[in-house]
Amino acid sequence: MQAILSYSFSFFGTNVTIAALLGQGTLGLINGAFYACLSLGLAVIFGMLNIINFAHGALFMMGAFASWMLLNYLGIGYFPSLILSPLLVGLFGIFLEKTIISRLYKLDHLYGLLLTFGLALVIQGLFRNYYGSSGLPYQIPHVLQGATYIGFMYMPNYRGWVVLAALFVCLATWAIIEKTSLGATLRAATENAPLVQAFGVNVPRLITLTYGGGIALAAFAGVLAAPIYSVNPNMGDNFINIVFAVVVIGGMGSIMGSIVTGFALGVIEGMTKVVYPQASATVVFVVMVIVLLTKPRGLFGKAA
Amino acid sequence: MLDVKDLNAWYGESHILHGVDFNVQEGEVVTLLGRNGAGKTTTMKSIMGLVPRREGHVVFKGAETIDMMPNQIARTGIAICPEERGIFGSLSVTENLMLPPIVAPGGLSVNEIYTLFPNLKERARTAHGTRLSGGEQQMLAIGRILRTGAKMLLLDEPTEGLAPVIVQQIGRTIREIKARGFTVLLVEQNFRFAATVADRHYVMEHGKIIDMIENKQLEANMGKLHEYLGV
Ligand SMILES: Nc1ncnc2c1ncn2[C@@H]1O[C@H](COP(=O)(O)OP(=O)(O)OP(=O)(O)O)[C@@H](O)[C@H]1O
Ligand SMILES: [Mg+2]
Repeated sequence: MQAILSYSFSFFGTNVTIAALLGQGTLGLINGAFYACLSLGLAVIFGMLNIINFAHGALFMMGAFASWMLLNYLGIGYFPSLILSPLLVGLFGIFLEKTIISRLYKLDHLYGLLLTFGLALVIQGLFRNYYGSSGLPYQIPHVLQGATYIGFMYMPNYRGWVVLAALFVCLATWAIIEKTSLGATLRAATENAPLVQAFGVNVPRLITLTYGGGIALAAFAGVLAAPIYSVNPNMGDNFINIVFAVVVIGGMGSIMGSIVTGFALGVIEGMTKVVYPQASATVVFVVMVIVLLTKPRGLFGKAA
Repeated sequence: MLDVKDLNAWYGESHILHGVDFNVQEGEVVTLLGRNGAGKTTTMKSIMGLVPRREGHVVFKGAETIDMMPNQIARTGIAICPEERGIFGSLSVTENLMLPPIVAPGGLSVNEIYTLFPNLKERARTAHGTRLSGGEQQMLAIGRILRTGAKMLLLDEPTEGLAPVIVQQIGRTIREIKARGFTVLLVEQNFRFAATVADRHYVMEHGKIIDMIENKQLEANMGKLHEYLGV
């Protein structure tokens, strides 16, 4: 084992060890967990509402802020926040959908994109106004402090928890969509909403709830992120560009596609840090270009 | 049971239905006959609330439905089997069958539907509804609305493009559900088939009802009908 881990090779003059590759790849899973949660929410929303939700990063940030506020104003801790913050931010999403976004369904997709982009700016601006942009600390909960040796590296417990929690929520979302009758109704409405409505399903309400659900996923990721990154109005920005690339690579609207692609790209990004650090920020976009050139509908996208 | 009066419908700027009048009594099978583009499908969609704009009266079981949303209309007990069948490719055959919510008691059980359409039982595990043959998709499109308890069924060209054995099977099904007290509004191009199941026929042209013929008098009116339908 040790021999394998300490095996090293040279890559364009960088000395690469298997241990470093495994370690960074594993840490990449953490970013991957955020990519997966965020792109899953985007995919669900895109499938049902046919809009690309540019407000996603801002709502992710609101999830982190919600848990900070719950703690500092109401004394409500991390674990209740994991449920409460997505619920509150999801309700805010429902409010946005009902009052503003739903007015655009009859117009071109571009309007939805512009509107949600504007909403993101407004939300971020408001938070910057009240909380500044320097960032607020959020403690890792006590039981998740420390680190555990996992065979080739020490894994900070909290980061391991993030990966597992995100994986669980992503797979649960997948199961709801693919395996339940509610999910079947959602898939059907994605294909032919008028017919589903003519069967007696309140499709407008289903759309509202779907938006709320996608937003709740973003907010959940935000709560997970709060102890890792400082809670600040721009914390969604770093993720959201990459997440849009993930959605394109996975295939617009594909559920499993966003989960797998999200985690995989986190790992690829991590490993690139070892092999060729200069490219770690851009490797996702390189992958996107390659995928778009070879499979324009994305890796998991359905043929037209 | 269903009273349509002075029904007008538009797609954007184009005015398609110009005052459609007809009625369907409880337990009847009534057809809409007419050439391509006469407005039969638009009439069905207008009853269901599926056109962008409609005016006039659609009274079902005594209640005006013209201002209702499609989901509310469905809940009054009307169900549609659309012309393009509307089978969902991302749903399995069973999911397609179970998709429409129950709107009233008294629908057929899944087993009764399988008895009417044994093919559906064999194909129940098919992962994508659209993998079924055209005939099987039509059976699924009819079968799934029999479950819901809706007693007024709108069937838009259920026999279109299907092999004679399947057309016969659908004919048997329509007679069977009529015997069970269902009411059917049927759009048909094939009036020979229509004659085997219907009580009355309405003839549509240019977005209006231009004639009504009792099925018993169909033979006597063959000449007129040929002229209407241009066959
Ligand atoms: N979505 C639409 N947008 C604009 N015009 C439409 C639309 N659907 C149908 N029409 C027009 O409305 C008229 C009536 O069409 P409809 O489909 O109701 O006829 P139909 O009697 O069902 O014909 P067919 O026997 O071919 O099914 C046609 O002239 C058609 O071109
Ligand atoms: Mg038609």
